[in-house]
Amino acid sequence: MSDLSLLITETALGLQQISQQQRPLLLQTSDWQSKYRTLMQLGKAVPAFTAELQRDEILIAGCESKAWLLHEFHGATGRHYWAFDSEARIIKGLVLLTLSQLNGLTKAELAKIDVARLVAVPGVQQNLSPSRQNGLHAVLKKLQQQIA
Amino acid sequence: MNFDLAAFRAEFAFFRQQPDWVYLDNAATMHKPAAVVTAELEFYQGYNANVHRGAHQLSQQATQKFEQARDTVASYLNATAREEVIWCSGATAALNQLAFGLVGTVLQAGDRVLISALEHHANIVPWQFHCQQHGILLDIIPLDANHQLDQAEYQRLLALKPKVVSLAQVSNVLGHIQPVAVMVQQAKAMGALTIIDGAQGIVLQQPDVQQLDCDFYVFSGHKIYGPTGIGVLYGKSDKLTLLRPLLYGGEMIQQVSFAGTTLNQLPYRLEAGTPNIAGAVGLAAALRWLAQWDQVAIAAHKQQLLQQLYQGLQQFPAIELLSQSQPNAGIVAFNVQGEHHSDVAALLDQQQIAVRAGTHCAMPLFAAIGKAGAVRMSLAAYNTPQDIDRTLVAISQVLEVFHG
Repeated sequence: MSDLSLLITETALGLQQISQQQRPLLLQTSDWQSKYRTLMQLGKAVPAFTAELQRDEILIAGCESKAWLLHEFHGATGRHYWAFDSEARIIKGLVLLTLSQLNGLTKAELAKIDVARLVAVPGVQQNLSPSRQNGLHAVLKKLQQQIA
Repeated sequence: MNFDLAAFRAEFAFFRQQPDWVYLDNAATMHKPAAVVTAELEFYQGYNANVHRGAHQLSQQATQKFEQARDTVASYLNATAREEVIWCSGATAALNQLAFGLVGTVLQAGDRVLISALEHHANIVPWQFHCQQHGILLDIIPLDANHQLDQAEYQRLLALKPKVVSLAQVSNVLGHIQPVAVMVQQAKAMGALTIIDGAQGIVLQQPDVQQLDCDFYVFSGHKIYGPTGIGVLYGKSDKLTLLRPLLYGGEMIQQVSFAGTTLNQLPYRLEAGTPNIAGAVGLAAALRWLAQWDQVAIAAHKQQLLQQLYQGLQQFPAIELLSQSQPNAGIVAFNVQGEHHSDVAALLDQQQIAVRAGTHCAMPLFAAIGKAGAVRMSLAAYNTPQDIDRTLVAISQVLEVFHG
């Protein structure tokens, strides 16, 4: 198994865990401190990119912090898979939270999802700084291109 | 003259409309007092017209106010003549005009330009661009261990006889005040033209360009309580005439035929197109308003806030300060160990503390000090000790979220 497909497989497991455990917890949490704490821990569920994987062609432009989004399309099953890493923990948490709802879906399934709405975490997204929001915006744009 | 903090702050409607915010992003842009807002409003509502060309009284009134604004700036800077004040959109535009205007006239292939490692991109990239195209050499004064300009290196680079020396008065990232008065004298002694980038320095203290004796001084209106989109390129008259205009058209022209064009006199020669009239009037209002307050008391108040913030941040072992507390114009750059600066800023934003995070248009500075970026808190005279208290509480919350 190549490094790349290993990363995709391990990330898929992590995203599943986020979807089942941390995401429901995070959406229930009311105080902002706990919300951010949980958000910033999400990165631990998935493998970090090695220096080799942090390639310029998957670097997201327009992000205050450096961020890398890897996308893989399985032709045989028609399913989309991703892996993500960032220098900053909050953006990483927000993107992983989003990917946890998209990973492994087919184009037809993804077409039914409003990705922009999915990113909005009550009590978090609207309070993010504009520069950070732009970073998130850049990731979203890339995601939408990949599933179009 | 006096300085009553509550009265001073009350001049800014922003703080009444946004009472929950602590605004510590003043190095990016400052809030505007009522005097500035009113001046712009009066222009647009009372005598809006284009300047210098209308065949009616409204235009004459607009022209008069616009040229009075120039007088206000000239007197604020202690310029010897009103023609030495050129309006532009801000310090970036002024520095671009200087780099473009000196290349080919003063600067030829093989000549040298000297800047420093702590410059804003606006005082790096125009030089870099034009120098590369014309075979001009660009030298950089490095930083010493305290993140100040290395003066021994400055002497060594001056000995190479640069034709132009262009330096920031205050680092926009660290807040460190540079000894530009002395450095300008040393550069002049070597025959260089001297430029001071006063973007962050203008609000520190009223500059006396005759005393500084620099050839050019540039600043932006919005960093001294004025409007955005207006700034000043000050230059000694004989030095301004050396500049090749960056923009052509409008009032800067005297005579045009297809055989050739003659350019207007200073200051109009360097002011192509319809100027930012409201901006000029607003900036003059800002300078007149500011001059009403006790400047010594303002400086002391800002220093007190700076020391309160600096010492407060020093209490947290996880905080790594990049700025020194003195000589500092009121900016503190720092990082939280092991955390990304944008995470710190987002958690402060969540608590309505406005700061900036990133490389602050000074990437070479960060390369020089070996950091990927920083959080920057920058003070203005309308900030209060309570602002700093709230900020320090917010910082302890940030650290708790990180480590709790």
